[in-house]
Amino acid sequence: MRTVTRGTLVIAEDRCKGCELCIAACPPNVLTMSRTGNRLGYLYPELKPGCTGCTACQQVCPDFVFEVFKFEDPVLFDTPPEGARPCP
Amino acid sequence: MTLIDTRQPPEQASRKVADYKPSLLQSEEHGLCPGCGEPVAIRVVLEVIEELGLAQNNIAVLGHGCYGGFIMLLDVDSTLCLHGRAPATATGIKRMRPDTAVWTLQGDGDMVNEGLAEILHATARGENITCILLNNGVFGDTGGQMTAASVIGQRTKNSIDGRTADDHGYPIAIAELVASLQGSAYVARCSVHNAASIAQTRRCVRKAFQRQTEGQGLSLVEILTMCPTGWFVAPEAGTDYLMESLGKTYPLGEIKDRAAAPAATAE
Repeated sequence: MRTVTRGTLVIAEDRCKGCELCIAACPPNVLTMSRTGNRLGYLYPELKPGCTGCTACQQVCPDFVFEVFKFEDPVLFDTPPEGARPCP
Repeated sequence: MTLIDTRQPPEQASRKVADYKPSLLQSEEHGLCPGCGEPVAIRVVLEVIEELGLAQNNIAVLGHGCYGGFIMLLDVDSTLCLHGRAPATATGIKRMRPDTAVWTLQGDGDMVNEGLAEILHATARGENITCILLNNGVFGDTGGQMTAASVIGQRTKNSIDGRTADDHGYPIAIAELVASLQGSAYVARCSVHNAASIAQTRRCVRKAFQRQTEGQGLSLVEILTMCPTGWFVAPEAGTDYLMESLGKTYPLGEIKDRAAAPAATAE
């Protein structure tokens, strides 16, 4: 499956306090929480392909963690379909 | 699951559309709790100030609360004042420097409990200042005690079973109170629980500063903010809790706009 990605983020993960407000705020639902903690021990957001660069995450973030970029031309990512299992 | 490397700016041709912090903030590092709504509201105010060209010509007057931690981070002239006395201090500053945009930042405990007289008298005098109220319904800085703006049913540190009218009386809706006085030029109530409400907050804060520039009178923007620590809820549950508690008692929207009133009758 090919996912059109129009934007991307720089995430200052060590500043994140793990409140997860960005997860709910993301319209294309491409943010997910990490499984390991950052410098402070909090889980932080990670980005999946499909970002539109809408800046919703940056606006709701209380800890100023996000920097948002928009690509001049959309980037295509090959991603496995949701629920697909990797080969053993 | 495919993840994108977000440690560095992208290698592809791109343009930056949003920075970490507003340029009027000196550092991103602050000590406020996870899920707090106050940094979000402060970001909006600082971005509006810069957008209106007031970056070099504004003075902030802060009350007492968690947001006081921002006084060392703000890249604007600012002062801390006694509990609730921000509108009184701002009155003096504005009268000495009428060409400077003067704005106050207060919490609900600061404005509605400790300084109710100051905000009401500043409004009644028609002082030409902009007041920003960060309303989370608790004394967040001291650990989540009930304020006069806590709503009925709200669980706080000294109303563990929820605020009741029999025991604690009724909440004070400060925005409506200020709007009822003739000295107020612009009163609005906004929220920061999602991106759409933050955009609305930005519009209201912009209008509030514009009314001050026009010399119309006191403008107040009440911003409902999350305080998950003071509410004893998880950080991610703060936004829902905000709209279930404060959001139901305090309706969002513009309450008064003196500039809009004559235009409406002319039409």
